[in-house]
Amino acid sequence: MAVIRDVMPAFDLLQPASAADAQKLLQQYGEDAWIMAGGLDSFDWLKDRIKKPKVLVDLSGISEMSGVRETGNGVEIGAMTTLTEIAHHPVIKSQYGVLSQAVEVVASPQIRNQGTLGGNVSQDTRCWYYRDGWPCYRAGGNICYADTPVGRNREHAIFGANRCVAVHPSDSVPALIALDAKFVIQTPKGEKVVDAEDYFVGPDIDITRLNIIQPGELLTTIRIPNTWAGAKFYFEKVRDRNVWDFPLMNVASAMKVSGGNIDSMRIAVNAVAPKPMRLKAVEDAVRGKPANADTGEMAGKLAVQGAVPLQFNAYKIPLMRNLVKRAIGGVQEAQWA
Amino acid sequence: MGLIQWATSPWGNSVPIHIAWYLIWVCAISGLLFMIVHALYVGIFAKPKKFAVNDTPAAVAAIPERVPRHSFVARAFHWVMAISMLALLVTAFLPKVGVKFDWVTYHWIAGLVLSASVIFHIVHASFWLDFWSIWPDSIDLRDARRRMMRAFGKDAPPPDRFAKYPLENKFYHFVILCSGLAVIATGLFMMKRVNTFGIFSRNPYVFGDLTWGMMYVLHGLAGVGLIALIMVHVYFGIRPEKLPITKSMIFGYMDREFYLEEHDPQRWAVEPAKKGPGYAPSDAD
Repeated sequence: MAVIRDVMPAFDLLQPASAADAQKLLQQYGEDAWIMAGGLDSFDWLKDRIKKPKVLVDLSGISEMSGVRETGNGVEIGAMTTLTEIAHHPVIKSQYGVLSQAVEVVASPQIRNQGTLGGNVSQDTRCWYYRDGWPCYRAGGNICYADTPVGRNREHAIFGANRCVAVHPSDSVPALIALDAKFVIQTPKGEKVVDAEDYFVGPDIDITRLNIIQPGELLTTIRIPNTWAGAKFYFEKVRDRNVWDFPLMNVASAMKVSGGNIDSMRIAVNAVAPKPMRLKAVEDAVRGKPANADTGEMAGKLAVQGAVPLQFNAYKIPLMRNLVKRAIGGVQEAQWA
Repeated sequence: MGLIQWATSPWGNSVPIHIAWYLIWVCAISGLLFMIVHALYVGIFAKPKKFAVNDTPAAVAAIPERVPRHSFVARAFHWVMAISMLALLVTAFLPKVGVKFDWVTYHWIAGLVLSASVIFHIVHASFWLDFWSIWPDSIDLRDARRRMMRAFGKDAPPPDRFAKYPLENKFYHFVILCSGLAVIATGLFMMKRVNTFGIFSRNPYVFGDLTWGMMYVLHGLAGVGLIALIMVHVYFGIRPEKLPITKSMIFGYMDREFYLEEHDPQRWAVEPAKKGPGYAPSDAD
């Protein structure tokens, strides 16, 4: 339970200077180690004394994991690059604007100055029952407090629930999925590269994690290919407080349009399921169709098929339907049905 | 390092949430050790079996070549239960030892199959089979004492041959009955906590946190116990001297020689040989 704020439990602070050293330390300490990027998620856990790692590996001193680098076929973003730097980077803004838009609306300016891309994609869920230290499924217990007849679940999942109904809270992830980003992970066996959507894991597979990072592994880089550079992008985040909040839902898309018709598209939503959702059925359904409100309407209806609302989050179904509709047809054309 | 994992409930109470998962390894290693010790004992130390035999020639002549042991229905139950039990163990414990997959749905479906097959077995065994044949009787206990004394080199008369089931079989059946009923009873209640596609309506408030916790603990203890029990069962099923019994669970009968060697016709009467070798056992057998 959250008993004391501001007094963290004792741990050994390790500050490696290279990604290789960090990975070795993580391998050495295994499950006893905690990875800290910007610290915005970590300090919540530590100050609430809910997570009590023996070792904290602080990545802030690893310069090689920071910055945006152009490559022959896209850009590489170090996992420790701040959200502010990404939001203002000229190449990101001009070629991969959906990511720039997404990170620009993460939390507050101060948090974006400190928060990193690696931390934003790897952060834990914000379900308050879980964050408050209650012994729910995700914390190793045997109940989901949010999914009970009186549980407060307005922000929770309408897809992919499996005992746990928490959602992934990242704003940057849908944009990275839309851009077909690859996540580079250093493991004890070497480098592993996975598609953005495959970086995440649902409670059906592993109820105690949101991503595939295992003890001893480290997300170092995010590569964005130039496949979707300069495409028609759309990002929208819906939240309770526009100045500073986690998403109730967000959507990101990249679309290639010729002659008014959609040649190809990638679209993803987040905060609707325990892991970010790429909407492949929508991508297939809109191919070759005009990029207008009618197609958006069809896509929106398709997107919410199979949604299962909880007691207090049925609003997420029309919200998702309309966000998908707007991502395809545009805000002007897509009126609320 | 306790046997149970505890947590603090939202109301500040300390409640059990489940067993400590290291018990999976404790049970698996215990099962393995039992097999090693037993194999060494049988291979090196055990004396040859010796039973008191007083069959009349007429009684021996009446024994068919193939002695019916398990009816088709009984065998079908056994294998359905075995498959569901293995599915339950795999889906329950592989994720706990690092093999991650979507296990919950498979687990409760296998649990429902097991529950249905066990309920069927209880009814079937109670009304269509010889219900008491699987429970120890006074001769079993007397002979167990005799066998024990002889194993330790003491003077004791040779024991009678077994009835339909050896005493070890009967004890095993009782233990697996207890653990099986424990996982079934707790598992059926636990289905109130997961999505069962409408079969059970979800309601985690049927019990309080403490009761739920004890239920998860009992389910876990019986579950890990089944790891060792199933290991031992499979081990005995493939031991050379037990293969005739295993074959009878597949084909329904055992050979006349094995029957006369291990089983007492006076304690387990079979129908005379009039039906011939092609005789198929019925539910009344």
